[in-house]
Amino acid sequence: MANIEKNIIDGLTGLRDWVDDRFPLMQNWNEHLAKYYAPKNFNFWYYFGGFALLVFAIQILTGIWLTMNYKPSAAEAFASVEYIMRDVSWGWLIRYMHSTGASAFFIVIYLHMFRALLYGSYKKPRELLWLSGMGLYLVLMAEAFFGYLLPWGQMSYWGAQVIISLFGALPFIGDTLSLWIRGDFVVSDVTLNRFFSLHVIAFPLLIFGLIGAHILALHEVGSNNPDGVEIKKNKNAEGIPVDGIPFHPYYTVKDIFGATVFLIFFFGVVFFVPEMNGYFLEHANFIPANPLKTPEHIAPVWYFTPFYAILRAVPDQLGGVIAMGLATNIFLLLPWLDRSPVKSTRYRGWNFRCALTLFVISFFVLGWLGMQPVTPLFTWMARFFSLVYFAFFLLMPFYTAIDNDKSVPDRVKD
Amino acid sequence: MPSYKQLSKLTFILLMAISASVSAAGGAKLMHMEVDLSNQESLQRGAKTFVNYCLSCHAAAYMRYNRMGQDLGISEDVLKANFMFGTDKVGDTMNIAMSDADSLRFFGVSPPDLSVIARARGADWLYSYFKTFYVDKSRPFGVNNLTFKDVGMPHVLWELQGAQRLAQRESKDGEHHSPTFDDLEIITPGTQSEEEYDRTIQDLVNFMVYLGEPIKLKRGKIGVWVLMYLFVFMIVAYMLKKEYWRDIH
Repeated sequence: MANIEKNIIDGLTGLRDWVDDRFPLMQNWNEHLAKYYAPKNFNFWYYFGGFALLVFAIQILTGIWLTMNYKPSAAEAFASVEYIMRDVSWGWLIRYMHSTGASAFFIVIYLHMFRALLYGSYKKPRELLWLSGMGLYLVLMAEAFFGYLLPWGQMSYWGAQVIISLFGALPFIGDTLSLWIRGDFVVSDVTLNRFFSLHVIAFPLLIFGLIGAHILALHEVGSNNPDGVEIKKNKNAEGIPVDGIPFHPYYTVKDIFGATVFLIFFFGVVFFVPEMNGYFLEHANFIPANPLKTPEHIAPVWYFTPFYAILRAVPDQLGGVIAMGLATNIFLLLPWLDRSPVKSTRYRGWNFRCALTLFVISFFVLGWLGMQPVTPLFTWMARFFSLVYFAFFLLMPFYTAIDNDKSVPDRVKD
Repeated sequence: MPSYKQLSKLTFILLMAISASVSAAGGAKLMHMEVDLSNQESLQRGAKTFVNYCLSCHAAAYMRYNRMGQDLGISEDVLKANFMFGTDKVGDTMNIAMSDADSLRFFGVSPPDLSVIARARGADWLYSYFKTFYVDKSRPFGVNNLTFKDVGMPHVLWELQGAQRLAQRESKDGEHHSPTFDDLEIITPGTQSEEEYDRTIQDLVNFMVYLGEPIKLKRGKIGVWVLMYLFVFMIVAYMLKKEYWRDIH
């Protein structure tokens, strides 16, 4: 018995060594998992990066199987989605996983970004980590936008029509640019075909590459933690951070548990409320696209609504487009706007804590306003909360410079 | 700092709860009915009404007859005899003979495909719509609808419901008030009593909700097993994590 076991182990070790002589297998395994030292005090908020990777995998896999039956043509797209929902074995499950995955991606990414705000994870030396993450966020928005046209329902169609026409507001190049994006004078079969191409090839490739860059940047500088203490400053004789633990097996087992909890929520939606009351699958999108009939109320999917509210808050169309563009891109400047020497909110003063709270409130209120029809009251509310939103960023150099920060401990506390 | 940990978890749960509870409301108030997809007889009666009254002008081109038969417990013979009028192939989808060009000429608008209409409009809207036709001489077919103003569709179920009219009620100060569902009254009784017609409509709407998403009959049942599996796996995963983390302080 023991002999067989020994033979198997020897065989596998031999195979590993054979590969290792020709490919840096163990080197990468150690660098990124077995000997990548992560702070031991990760809390709840540190699950979301892993969740994002999991959702990405779900989207890629379900996307591959959806593509086997989806038809990217104006005449057939809507019907092919219903074909998937009814006639393809388990097609409904694959489709609901993909549609729920889209919203789940944004929930996870927003919470992942919030974690960075909470613990100052964008601050030196993690600026490029933050920039690659923001790149991912912006590319993800484009990916979601392209994908939303594919079911070819009324909201798909008119949502795309509205968003593309925003580019038309830009001076001089506006009309040419929106024509170039659509490939036609209105959103049409041509637009659908190219959006399909961008959605299933170009942007997933971009996301894949950026995820690689994001993880490489993370493993170069090391993970931040809820105390905002650099664990690399305290190393033992072997050069291992005393407050660090190997990512594998400690965080791999922890993330398996976390991922299971996440999947309980995820499949809870997929099997019991896939429409999420019109938030994940909009009711009007069950009416086939009709270029001759504009819906009374065009609202984007929930994850775009804060920016849609900012767009509508500005009276001038070009101004609105600029404000919306700024609102989505201003996160890029965070590492340089924040002047506080302290990373984590645990040791920051009340200036930053209050500012962050107000920012989160304004993000939620704007998100809600973006779903509502325009009324004078709502417009003024959107204007007010847009100001709060931008004030969080633009006033940051001032209120963080004079904040009453506390002293940060030398070691992580948990 | 255990309290801090708890606080951040609580914040997350609260945020999730808020985002889930904000309802996608809007539009006029509708009559409400409880959709019950577990009532197979109701679904069968609804299917009968649907193929008899709707499926001559409207198609349901994404729905196959035999899928409906399997889901609703209708044998292929019964299906062919009582449910299929345009075709005798049970694998066919619910198409109609009327062309779009003809229907456009007849009604001024092509009747929409009804496969997923319940998902677009909602059960309450359909329920209200079927109950709020009233006599209006100014319309081409002599009827109008309180839920869908100036709709192009005639009141196909009028034989069953009878004719309703909109009572002219002057409010005391003589101001114009917009008509409500309470202003509708039967002037010519139909072959069904008010209760019977209500049941017919509830069956029909039940069926149309099924028609919009046939897997709805089963996905909840499958989901229970999936969640049970994940729950057990979560406990195992938690114990594994605990075991590994025992030596971390």
